[in-house]
Amino acid sequence: MFKIESKNVNFFYGNSHALKNIDIAIKPNTVTALIGPSGCGKSTYLRLFNRMNDLIGGTKVEGEVLIDGQNIYAKGVNVDSLRKKVGMVFQKPNPFPKTIFENVAYGLRVNGISDKSFIEERVETSIKQVALWEEVKDKLKKSAFDLSGGQQQRLCIARALAIQPSVILMDEPTSALDPISTAKVEELIYELKTKYTIVIVTHNMQQAGRVSDTTAFFYMGELIEYDNTKIIFTNPKKERTQNYITGRFG
Amino acid sequence: MSHLDIEITQLKAETIKMWELVNIQLKKGREALINLDKDLAREIVLKERRVNAYELKLDRDCENIFALFNPVAIDLRFVLAVLKINNNLERTGDIVEGIAKFVTNVDHTFDKKLLKITSVLEMYDAAIGMMVDVLEAFDKDDTAKARKVFKQDEFLDDINIKANTIIANYIREPNENIESALYLLSIIRKLERVGDQAKNMAEEIIFFVEAKVLKHRTEKEKK
Repeated sequence: MFKIESKNVNFFYGNSHALKNIDIAIKPNTVTALIGPSGCGKSTYLRLFNRMNDLIGGTKVEGEVLIDGQNIYAKGVNVDSLRKKVGMVFQKPNPFPKTIFENVAYGLRVNGISDKSFIEERVETSIKQVALWEEVKDKLKKSAFDLSGGQQQRLCIARALAIQPSVILMDEPTSALDPISTAKVEELIYELKTKYTIVIVTHNMQQAGRVSDTTAFFYMGELIEYDNTKIIFTNPKKERTQNYITGRFG
Repeated sequence: MSHLDIEITQLKAETIKMWELVNIQLKKGREALINLDKDLAREIVLKERRVNAYELKLDRDCENIFALFNPVAIDLRFVLAVLKINNNLERTGDIVEGIAKFVTNVDHTFDKKLLKITSVLEMYDAAIGMMVDVLEAFDKDDTAKARKVFKQDEFLDDINIKANTIIANYIREPNENIESALYLLSIIRKLERVGDQAKNMAEEIIFFVEAKVLKHRTEKEKK
């Protein structure tokens, strides 16, 4: 059983054909890296999984995207419920202008949860999951903006975890972080995959190699190669993949 | 050309230089053996230091490329292959040094008849031929040429196996030259190991060009 599947997916921004016949099947509790040059469609593809592209006017999706066997683009699908199941972390840490505590509690509150002790417990668990608890436990009432960039990004991951999704999407989550914070986030990704299915967009080839189980290489809207990460980085089957990962592209 | 391309081109050029030096050492070893040229043998022993220096340099170059460029795919396989070929070349250099030391130690010239019936010179020529062919295969990424070496190695193995009986029979007869006959048997053993090193290097070339691992496969499977 696959956690995420895309079957013959095409995506259009107006007349621009951004994704062409993408077929991918992702197993649960794995990390999948999406790589490729800027504009290749990897972020567009990532955003299909929580229907973030719906927010952009003039776009069209064809084909099926299945999460837990359900087509998330079928009629009648509740997008809010989908986004509870599929959390997202962005390139730049984007905490809300609220306290550290409220950043993590926010998702629970907007989902109608008001039980104080439940919220407190969930906030603590989520912050502990991202290994941030020891650093922030004494300043939960302070603004999230007081944290360093790396801490802010881990807080954003905690915020995504608080609503207990089963899929986490990460769009270049460490591109704005220093090597130490990057290492912490990568370590976290490795730990999180025991509970979640993670899809990550990255421009950092070494990061894709370090954190992912499978890697998909996109180029000009096409999926060129999708395979075990070890194979992609030691013996890719397609010449275009080899040229890209060895830096001989174009 | 990317920075990594420049590093890899330089690494290849340095490996070829080391390889050519080892091949020259091997050829000189043959001359020293035929003519019992002890001066030439001493020169080989002295030049072995240069082979060792190359080994250290190539090790360091590979380490730097791993650390600074994080090579992947064919680049990674190439650097890994060079790291192992470097080791094979150094071992080949040691083997030739061993042959040269035998030449310096032996008191009598080698019995011409024994040289002939053991086919040691044909064996030596075949070993040199293998090393030259594998170098060319490395230079041109030519895996077809690399594969030819597996067959040539069988010829060396065959001579090595027959040598035991030949030398044993020779020793049974009244001879004053038993010591040099024993040295000759050791030289045959060493040449057989040169063949093994050449074969290992051919496997590394196929590994980096075709991403196929041929180690521990039968000769038939390698084809």
